[in-house]
Amino acid sequence: MSQRQVLQVFEQYQKARTQFVQMVAELATRPQNIETLQNAGEPGARTRVASRALSPRRLRPAALPVELLGSRSVGTGVRKSIHSFQRVFGGQAERVKLPDACGRCALSLFPSSLHTGVMSLLRTLLLDVVPTIQQTAALALGRLANYNDDLAEAVVKCDILPQLVYSLAEQNRFYKKAAAFVLRAVGKHSPQLAQAIVDCGALDTLVICLEDFDPGVKEAAAWALRYIARHNAELSQAVVDAGAVPLLVLCIQEPEIALKRIAASALSDIAKHSPELAQTVVDAGAVAHLAQMILNPDAKLKHQILSALSQVSKHSVDLAEMVVEAEIFPVVLTCLKDKDEYVKKNASTLIREIAKHTPELSQLVVNAGGVAAVIDCIGSCKGNTRLPGIMMLGYVAAHSENLAMAVIISKGVPQLSVCLSEEPEDHIKAAAAWALGQIGRHTPEHARAVAVTNTLPVLLSLYMSTESSEDLQVKSKKAIKNILQKCTYLPALEPFLYDAPPNILKHVVGQFSKVLPHDSKARRLFVTSGGLKKVQEIKAEPGSLLQEYINSINSCYPEEIVRYYSPGYSDTLLQRVDSYQPLNN
Amino acid sequence: MATLARLQARSSTVGNQYYFRNSVVDPFRKKENDAAVKIQSWFRGCQVRAYIRHLNRIVTIIQKWWRSFLGRKQYQLTVQIQRRWRGYRVRKYLFNYYYLKEYLKVVSETNDAIRKALEEFAEMKEREEKKANLEREEKKRDYQARKMHYLLSTKQIPGIYNSPFRKEPDPWELQLQKAKPLTHRRPKVKQKDSTSLTDWLACTSTRSFPRSEILPPINRKQCQGPFRDITEVLEQRYRPLEPTLRVAEPIDELKLAREELRREEWLQNVNDNMFLPFSSYHKNEKYIPSMHLSSKYGPVSCKEQFRSENPKKWICDKDFQTILPSFELFSKYGKLYSKAGQIV
Repeated sequence: MSQRQVLQVFEQYQKARTQFVQMVAELATRPQNIETLQNAGEPGARTRVASRALSPRRLRPAALPVELLGSRSVGTGVRKSIHSFQRVFGGQAERVKLPDACGRCALSLFPSSLHTGVMSLLRTLLLDVVPTIQQTAALALGRLANYNDDLAEAVVKCDILPQLVYSLAEQNRFYKKAAAFVLRAVGKHSPQLAQAIVDCGALDTLVICLEDFDPGVKEAAAWALRYIARHNAELSQAVVDAGAVPLLVLCIQEPEIALKRIAASALSDIAKHSPELAQTVVDAGAVAHLAQMILNPDAKLKHQILSALSQVSKHSVDLAEMVVEAEIFPVVLTCLKDKDEYVKKNASTLIREIAKHTPELSQLVVNAGGVAAVIDCIGSCKGNTRLPGIMMLGYVAAHSENLAMAVIISKGVPQLSVCLSEEPEDHIKAAAAWALGQIGRHTPEHARAVAVTNTLPVLLSLYMSTESSEDLQVKSKKAIKNILQKCTYLPALEPFLYDAPPNILKHVVGQFSKVLPHDSKARRLFVTSGGLKKVQEIKAEPGSLLQEYINSINSCYPEEIVRYYSPGYSDTLLQRVDSYQPLNN
Repeated sequence: MATLARLQARSSTVGNQYYFRNSVVDPFRKKENDAAVKIQSWFRGCQVRAYIRHLNRIVTIIQKWWRSFLGRKQYQLTVQIQRRWRGYRVRKYLFNYYYLKEYLKVVSETNDAIRKALEEFAEMKEREEKKANLEREEKKRDYQARKMHYLLSTKQIPGIYNSPFRKEPDPWELQLQKAKPLTHRRPKVKQKDSTSLTDWLACTSTRSFPRSEILPPINRKQCQGPFRDITEVLEQRYRPLEPTLRVAEPIDELKLAREELRREEWLQNVNDNMFLPFSSYHKNEKYIPSMHLSSKYGPVSCKEQFRSENPKKWICDKDFQTILPSFELFSKYGKLYSKAGQIV
């Protein structure tokens, strides 16, 4: 009989441990419990809790934890589980009543330099004999570390990581998944924490996990690697040096969609930092597989694949050419019609990154009909989703005038002017203004195409408005200047005479002075629309460029008309009347 | 007079003096002459040079004007040539205007094609999505109807959806009529294939060719020779099986019948568990057997009287089972193949 009693004690202990760890794991899913979990089990827990003023009423100190329990029913579960655990482990029934005493005895049994409450408890449970408890403890740790970076730092400081890494190599797949989850949760917050993970040698074990048979383990390991590689180039290089990239490429070919997603996002985060890393990814043969999967109907997968391809192609011409050789056109254009906003955004980002390098690549995009697709995509989106498309049009038009003409005949200019006037955000407006400037600056034909859509007054108003950001003002000024220098479409220039600031007025008048001497109809129109009058009213310093332009305009007209329209002519006439002596008195 | 005297006194020396002075001056005279000549020559040279310079200037002006006139003439000719050459060069090699126009036209056509293709693609996707949505709705509605099948109206009592005050029943009513009620999911029992006799016979004959429902043609030429009528032969060949009573009934038909009976009785049961006596009620009661049973002298049973059993001589523990029923003779009546044993 006594043997049974002894065994019963052990069973109780195991049950208590299991219950504790399961409750903690469950509670850690909700953020409001995590604070309580953090502070539970500490010797100064009561006073700490009182200082947090959870309940406004003043209470006897001994009753405070009970009050806590009453105010949050969930906290009850926390306390209870911790109490029961401590009770059993303390092995003495009398001490159950006082939580702090139990806490003290518990803590005295777990010597750790940092009493971070539940962390230290979970740390010892990680080395438990029973595998289920280990796994659940790891899961609970992961959820805690996921919540905020203080807890993640606490995980690192409590030396939990080396234990995790050590046992990762030899445990079953559930433990591996949970441990990879912890590493991911710790690594995602900041580069220092990710560096700590790398320093304790976790990368090799994670790479070993990538070779596991179970897709869940592979997914967890790939996710952890992704979060580590995301921060900066050195960490990405460390991940690549551990040999992760070929395995990730293998993971992409697996049938499970979740695994494909994570592997694609990991490759994307590795490749985004520098051209060498992108080259490593390409050398592992990722581009062909990624390009094949563009046709997959899953929206999140497409989003990650397009992001990966755009990160690879953004660094240099060779990489962009390699991506293009994988025959993504015209399949990528179908992604521009997808329902999901992120897929559209990433697809237009990819096309932008390819088109921006050289005129040949832009030509390729134009020949494949990419410009029309991008313009339609811009029309169907709102906000930040439009931005890559707008920039793509600007890049294409900037390379050469033929490409700019191609953009114009694809009806890009009306769309861009709509963006310019509709969008509330300044950076999108600035991008649209820049793109319009790139289109219109090549030849008078181009400038005419831009001016016909009545965008120039909008640009002018953006430049003059005090609410626009500096970037927007600078870009719109440059765009106006570039377009005006080539614009010969006079009806669009006339409004500028009236409300333009002097530095722009100079260019406008200069353009008039270039066009008017050769075109009689334009001269007539200029007079009848009141332009000549306005020009006379402009005050310019003699000898300046503006005065020269005015003079050249005046020389196009006979003197009487010029005098007629000069300001104060009526006064001079009246003066002459006054001073005129009739011949016969 | 005095001067005369003076002069006479000096007359002798005058001649010497005159001669001396002249001779002394001689070398100087030559020098001075040379100097004067030099000065004059230099001055004349300056004059001439100035004149030449003046002339030069005038000549330069004239030449300038003349050359400019010549050049202007030349210029016009060369400019014409150069103009034509430049136009030709630009058009042919640098910027082929018509090629550009062609290219732009092709680009716009590609754009239109791509736009159309993408629109079609988007439409197709939308249609698929709508279809999927509709199907999902259908399934949901069907499931709802199946769950609510009990709301269906009966002949006597109109259901909720079939209110007598309505002109026509609610569409849900029709849905309910179509729906099959949901059943509790029973664990699927693997059904052993019940092999019936006909299947067995049909597949065992290797020489059987497929039965066809087509009748043989009406006007069939009788084959020459001792052949029977084809219809008779086919009839005989494909006569359907008429198994005997003994064969048709399954071997364990008694057991099956008993099972069936038990099943039917089970249907009438209220509860599967046997009704137990209130055990706690009678727990403490000791069972008092009746007098007849409690004495060792019981009633005489026939079996013991007339027959003694010897368990050691038994072959096996269980009782014999009736496997084969008797009376096989009766089943053969009138169904033999040959007419030999026929009763007239």
